[in-house]
Amino acid sequence: MRFIFKTDYDQDIRLLKHGGHAFWYGLLLVAVLLAPVAVDDYYIGQLTQLAIFAMAGLGLMLLVGYTGLVSLGHAAFMGIGAYTEAVLLERGVPFLISLPVSAGLAAAVGIVVGLPALRLAGIYLAIATLAFAIIIEEVLARWESVTHGFTGMVVEPISVFGYELSEGADFYYLSVGLLILIVLMSLNLLRSPTGRAMVAIRDSEIAAQSTGIHVAKYKTIAFAISAGITGLAGALWAHKLGFLSPESFTVLQSIELLVLVVVGGVGSIHGAIFGAVFVVALPQLLAVGKGYLPTNVADAPGLEAGVFGLVLVLFILLEPMGIYGRWVKIRTYFSLFPLYKKASFKRQKTYLKSERLR
Amino acid sequence: MTFFRAENLAIQFGGLRAVDGVSFEVREGEVYSIIGPNGAGKTTVFNLISRIYDPSAGRVVFQERDITGVPPHRIAGLGIARTFQNIELFQNSTVLQNLLLGRHEHRRSNLFSEMLFLPHVRRMEVAHREKVEEVIEFLGLQHHRESRVSGLPYGIAKVVELGRALCTEPKLLLLDEPSSGLNPEESEDMAFWIEDIQKDLGITVLMVEHNMSLVAEVSDRVLAMNDGRVLAEGTPQEVQQHEAVIKAYLGG
Repeated sequence: MRFIFKTDYDQDIRLLKHGGHAFWYGLLLVAVLLAPVAVDDYYIGQLTQLAIFAMAGLGLMLLVGYTGLVSLGHAAFMGIGAYTEAVLLERGVPFLISLPVSAGLAAAVGIVVGLPALRLAGIYLAIATLAFAIIIEEVLARWESVTHGFTGMVVEPISVFGYELSEGADFYYLSVGLLILIVLMSLNLLRSPTGRAMVAIRDSEIAAQSTGIHVAKYKTIAFAISAGITGLAGALWAHKLGFLSPESFTVLQSIELLVLVVVGGVGSIHGAIFGAVFVVALPQLLAVGKGYLPTNVADAPGLEAGVFGLVLVLFILLEPMGIYGRWVKIRTYFSLFPLYKKASFKRQKTYLKSERLR
Repeated sequence: MTFFRAENLAIQFGGLRAVDGVSFEVREGEVYSIIGPNGAGKTTVFNLISRIYDPSAGRVVFQERDITGVPPHRIAGLGIARTFQNIELFQNSTVLQNLLLGRHEHRRSNLFSEMLFLPHVRRMEVAHREKVEEVIEFLGLQHHRESRVSGLPYGIAKVVELGRALCTEPKLLLLDEPSSGLNPEESEDMAFWIEDIQKDLGITVLMVEHNMSLVAEVSDRVLAMNDGRVLAEGTPQEVQQHEAVIKAYLGG
């Protein structure tokens, strides 16, 4: 077991709390950087997809896990980011401008969608965002002069100052690099007043207000940041897909993002990454597993969605804190060995809840 | 100049006049208690002061400024902090995080400097922690600094909430039943803290309380309410012996 002797406030503030952190994250960074040398292109493609989904999931995580606002429409922000990127590149806007604009536009739409969030909560907000996602899906399909509707549109390759990025390693580095930046930005936010205000709103709006937090403002900020990050992931996703059509951004995709967040572990940055691993790996595992199943089961439509749903239900029932929660338990088990008790993580029931004020 | 003044406060929920023409004044530096039977409208007065409710009539004046129209999130910035009857803490955060939230009004950074965690954000965070540490020491919360609030015993959580209010560096502290749910020993501690808050920190305290021994021990003046109206005002002894107050409590 590790005991940290604190002699300085900065020890609480810094991101790497002890040598172990520095060592393991450093090792991870080296592995990520060396991956294109070590594994073949197919896996690099998968890792790129993982980075993009982790980014989209991180956007949703800030909203759902940290601010406590549920969105069932985040694929729409991905769609906005993706189409903005494709349309701008088609019109000859350089990549270094189109990428931030895509994220910015998604953030701006996020603010608009966030407005009902100031009045709605819980399931009602989820329904409002679901409606928004369906609207965006329709817009992408019908606004043919810009999006080419169901004909779809080709996404032009990325070129920066005349250098064309390769689809393999270059794009992988770009995606992973941006993911790392976004993770650091989120961590910074969470250790400063804005992040704390978001968590405060999640846990008690009334108390947040009484400590001086402008609830509406921070909900809007959370929506904007969340939509912006997901939009950025969408823009990268457009390049990964190479060809966009409205079917890429359906409600099902929104639900997949929510599954990512819940399975990964609500309320943790690790959770977004773990969740992305799950979302990317599950179809692969299913493809392998199909070989062992009878053909009428293996070829049944909706098998993947069914398994997704089942896993989600099992996680909510058995491990509400997701993969990250399980990981924390395993880590604690070993660091306390042999003193770990099952009750250590038993959730305390609180019966007292203040009278609802509105 | 009056420090704090409520003038003819009234609010109606449907047909119920929860608070009906309540006026009182709090002098700077005193401990002023509001007592009364259940449903007298004490907490509603608090919610009117902290702007959770809009009064249907009357005004709230703090340091010669009419705060009746101020939005609720500005109240803390003006120097009025409060606690809640049934503890409203951020359950999934540590004690330290909860107290740091009390520092929200003292932040000097914007979204972009925070995303980049510029040096001045770090310096500000350190300064917040120094202030929070003072409150932790004042209330003796050192052992619980890193504990999650959801796992804390009720009595400690109550103290954490008091701490969060103190972290905002208020001029006026509203305590809604600070001793409810506390055992006699913890109530005794609470009484000492309220005295220290008044004498050492120089913060004016306005509290709603049922525990008459605590009220008598720490209050300079007491206001008794029943059915949304003022029954009596005066020193604890005067109010306790007031005929209307005895009648309200014992019936008859």
